[in-house]
Amino acid sequence: MDQLLQHGLNALMLGGTYALLGIGLTLIFGIMRIVNFTHGELYAFGAYMMYMLVMLLEVNFFLALMLAVILGVALGGLIEITLLRRLHSADIDTTMLVMIGAWIALQNAEQLLWTGVAKSIDNPFPAAPLVIGPVSVAWNRVFVFAVVIALIVATYALVNRTKLGKAMRATFQDRDTAALMGIQIGTINTATFALGSGLAAAAGALLGPVFVAYPTMGDLAAAKAFAIVILGGLGNIAGATIGGFILAFAEELGAGYISSGYRDAMGFLIIILVLVFKPTGLFARKERVG
Amino acid sequence: MKRAPTVLWLLFLFSIPLWIADLYVVHVLVITGIFIIAAMSLNLLLGYAGQLSLGHVAFFGIGAYASALMSLGFSVHVAPGTVVAMGPQPVWLAIPAAMALAGLSGWFIGRLAFRVRGAYFVIVSISFAEVVRLVALNWVELTQGPMALNNIPPLTLWLPGLGEHTFWKKPENYWLVLIVAVVSYVVVRRLVRSRAGRAMIALRENEPLATSVGVDVTRYLVITTIASAAIAGSAGALYAHYVRIVDPDVFLFIYTVTMVIMVVTGGKGTLAGPIVGGLIFGLLPEILRAFDIAPELQWILYGVLMILVVYYLPDGIVPAVCKWWQQHGIGSGRGQSASGTPTIGAGQ
Repeated sequence: MDQLLQHGLNALMLGGTYALLGIGLTLIFGIMRIVNFTHGELYAFGAYMMYMLVMLLEVNFFLALMLAVILGVALGGLIEITLLRRLHSADIDTTMLVMIGAWIALQNAEQLLWTGVAKSIDNPFPAAPLVIGPVSVAWNRVFVFAVVIALIVATYALVNRTKLGKAMRATFQDRDTAALMGIQIGTINTATFALGSGLAAAAGALLGPVFVAYPTMGDLAAAKAFAIVILGGLGNIAGATIGGFILAFAEELGAGYISSGYRDAMGFLIIILVLVFKPTGLFARKERVG
Repeated sequence: MKRAPTVLWLLFLFSIPLWIADLYVVHVLVITGIFIIAAMSLNLLLGYAGQLSLGHVAFFGIGAYASALMSLGFSVHVAPGTVVAMGPQPVWLAIPAAMALAGLSGWFIGRLAFRVRGAYFVIVSISFAEVVRLVALNWVELTQGPMALNNIPPLTLWLPGLGEHTFWKKPENYWLVLIVAVVSYVVVRRLVRSRAGRAMIALRENEPLATSVGVDVTRYLVITTIASAAIAGSAGALYAHYVRIVDPDVFLFIYTVTMVIMVVTGGKGTLAGPIVGGLIFGLLPEILRAFDIAPELQWILYGVLMILVVYYLPDGIVPAVCKWWQQHGIGSGRGQSASGTPTIGAGQ
């Protein structure tokens, strides 16, 4: 029972970051109809920015975190403006090929710049874990969880309470009508991509100090984000949030009770099972096209 | 006399090892040939059926592992007390079996994956390849996991009356790969010009319209996937017996990406496209290596090249060259070859 509780707590801590990754991807996927293969690279970018700022430039940890997210937003915006803007009317396969090209170039640029050796990042939290009854959790993970929850709430507020969010939701529902109503679709696309990229960079910047930063770290993160998006349904932020926690629990329990070697297979199995049995995702309200 | 250029081409290709003494060059050509076969099989799905299958390396890897395991022999515990075992089989028997197994997995994935389209299909296909890779990595009893399958026997061929011949030399391997490539090319060509091929192209162009005139979409997509997977499996099997070592890295996504780049750059939906693209991207790493370029830079170059091709040559090299040929070749009075595909309204 204690073991189960510990697994549950670990999954909760992990699930928040997964949800963050999933929300970023589902926004881009839903609003822009783009399968964003660079999502994992933005995640790795966040982690490497933390490494650069904290370890090389010796910036304060919390300031570095903020800067890493801002840089992620900037990189996302840059990718949208330089690569995607001119493709706005192309079909989904074409944009996918461009994103794959960008992903390969980015990942290898990281490898070239930072070498293949994994980088660890110091954090200012006490090493002794927080012990609650029979279970324990590291302080840095508590911090990660708190920031993640704050970011998720902020994203909800942005999408549901602001004018920009309203324009995003309108674009998601019907792009052409939204454009007729005077919404600048180009601006919405840039904002969406920058926001989604910023969330991915935030996840990387938060998890980089917990684990280590290495060039291919984004691949698995992106694959998991795809699983979460499919689980939650296209463009569904609440679905992505719940999906993130479901995936984390499935992985944690699978690793604890079946085999740790197949831990990372959970996400892919979820993708295949969901698409076979309930292709609209678990929480979808409207018919999925694509 | 229409066949004369084809015959000359084939003679040229077959004669290469006779006048190239450098065995390393022959080796590069063998590997390139294997990837061209894989790219041709991907072109069936990507170019003709219009399905961006990003799990294609799974079929390649399944072919490689199946053929290697059959020729090495294996024994695994599938359930407590139940052992499935097989002694070493001759290679010329293992390869068709591996193709059949790859085709079978193609059937399975085709049935599953074609419930969804577009982005979802892409993600299902990637997931499939990743699951297969993780199985290859973790099912150590069968696949040796990260220790890899070593000492895979080289390619052999059994001919009636001649007995079994083992392919130890590189030129022999080159000829064998070339023969398989030519056979694959012919199979692909016959397939896309058959009823099934027309059905594929119809549903690539307009799926609702194709369905409305009675094209059984799922059936033709599954047929395409089986053929495509079996050809990719044969490429994988050739690879396993040529390189003689197979590890779970054969399932890496980057190999799928290489095949996709080959097909897209060469020209998807054209017969010559994968060959042209395969030659470029099979030989390019060697040229870059001569200039002492880091592998990371090579991949960055691939990525950038892929983006540039999508922007400026969206149909690929082969259609672009054909178009140029039609517009300029005729005007300057040069050879009005039979290669011209009938295009309406072009080059006026």
